[in-house]
Amino acid sequence: MKILVCISHVPDTTSKINFTEADTKFDTTGVQFVINPHDEYALTRAIWFKEKQGASITVVTVGNQSVEPTLRKCLAIGADDAIRVDAEPKEAFFVAEQLSAVVKQGAFDLVLAGRESLDYNGGMVPGFLAASLNYNFINACIGIEIEGNNATVTREIDGGSEILTTTLPLVVGGQKGLVEEKDLRIPNMRGIMMARKKPLNVVPAVDITPSSKTVSFEKPPLKSACKLIDANNVDELINLLHNEAKVI
Amino acid sequence: MSVLVFAETSEGRFKKIAFEATSYASKIAEMLQTNLVALSINASEPNQLSDYGAAKILNVKNAQLDNFNAKAYADVIKQAAESEGATVVIVDSSSNGLFLAPLVAYNLKAGLASNTVALPSSVAPFVVKRNAFSNKAFCFTELTTSVKVIGLAKNAFGVFENKVESSVEAFNPNLNETDFNITSKEVNKASGKVSIADADIVVSGGRGLKGPENWGMLEELAEVLGAATACSKPVADLDWRPHAEHVGQTGKPVAANLYIAIGISGAIQHLAGINASKVKVVINTDPEAPFFKAADYGIVGDAFEVVPQLVEKLKAFKQNNA
Repeated sequence: MKILVCISHVPDTTSKINFTEADTKFDTTGVQFVINPHDEYALTRAIWFKEKQGASITVVTVGNQSVEPTLRKCLAIGADDAIRVDAEPKEAFFVAEQLSAVVKQGAFDLVLAGRESLDYNGGMVPGFLAASLNYNFINACIGIEIEGNNATVTREIDGGSEILTTTLPLVVGGQKGLVEEKDLRIPNMRGIMMARKKPLNVVPAVDITPSSKTVSFEKPPLKSACKLIDANNVDELINLLHNEAKVI
Repeated sequence: MSVLVFAETSEGRFKKIAFEATSYASKIAEMLQTNLVALSINASEPNQLSDYGAAKILNVKNAQLDNFNAKAYADVIKQAAESEGATVVIVDSSSNGLFLAPLVAYNLKAGLASNTVALPSSVAPFVVKRNAFSNKAFCFTELTTSVKVIGLAKNAFGVFENKVESSVEAFNPNLNETDFNITSKEVNKASGKVSIADADIVVSGGRGLKGPENWGMLEELAEVLGAATACSKPVADLDWRPHAEHVGQTGKPVAANLYIAIGISGAIQHLAGINASKVKVVINTDPEAPFFKAADYGIVGDAFEVVPQLVEKLKAFKQNNA
């Protein structure tokens, strides 16, 4: 099985979110970048397939040179090789078409991606990619088993879960549950040394016209201070929720 | 030209978000000075959508579509959009809506704006405001394609009644065999419980509750309020509560009208997941807990004393306001 794991290089959750150039660009000054958490669950599940059932794992991301440490980390965790599509990840449609070209080139039969990235939270790339490839697609996956050409996938639904069966080739938008948090791996020294020797191929972008563009960003207005209510006066809380907030 | 909204049903009945999406779509049709067409699949009472501004309602009746199937549903929406000449298509952000939206957009060669929280700030160019950075910022996105698809964020717009004269028409899409390459084997849903996704109010507990045996009062509070119960990540990791109740960045997102956090300190990953909720209440013994910075109302106090009181007082309140 040839698995491609799509990786997003995103600011760590604790990062301060600021914008520059008249609120049109995300300010990366002092920001720590990490593997998008949902992608990390997907990658770890791919490694499980490799170890238990045999598979090759390629990781891919769209970005400039600054994303390479994130790809090296994926190699250190257990991916076999990495591809960087050399382009600014302008928007979801553009990125999905870049990934689609990579999938076609490498003839991958299972494509795992996080359900959304923690920066723009769009949740659009996995679906666009599946549509572009005409592969089967399941979103918000919390479990996947593969047997031969058949896949059994559990997806999260509102208020529960659903078990689905389908066949490869398949694109999955995954999240926590593909593996548990305790199964996530921290790269060890041997992995880090080996990662330096694993191939990281840079490929040029294909020519795609984006379907959207970012006009500007805006930070939410500063929140007013929390109204404190005496612990012995829950009537006041009920009153505020009813008459002021109007939520009960 | 028209605006098309997909109004989602569950077992034939419209979900609340279907009415929210229709209310939103009706305002967009007004902005574009065009008409609104609503599409439903196997709805038992499609004419309900006329209460929210849908003058023309297409209802698909097809037993093959009884179970949600993203590809098939996306195909139906695409065909309806084409036959109605829709230039804007609205879908919701339920788990099904999020699943099918990119498929609909791709098939229509349309740009997609997911997580949209408001009416377009302009229609030419077409610019919408979206949540980004886990609700720590908004992003204004211009869709540059001729057809646009909008994924309306949960609980972002509200439901507005706007009764209009309506006609319900049958719509018969051409379905392909390849639309059904994915088969549903089993659906597991907790019956009789309000799900976190559908809840207007969510009551959530953290490690401050000391153990799973203390969740009784939280469940009582949820029952009085008609709320869903949820928990913080450590609580799910300790197996005090099922993982399906874990809300936060890697858990379920919450966009409720009211979120009540009990014994939850408010780690940044937790707040990232619940920030889209409108009103936040925190009950915690530690006045320094970060949640107090994110909350609208707070009580510094022991949950074991405050929550039972709150349950009693709320019962009385509900009786008086029934």
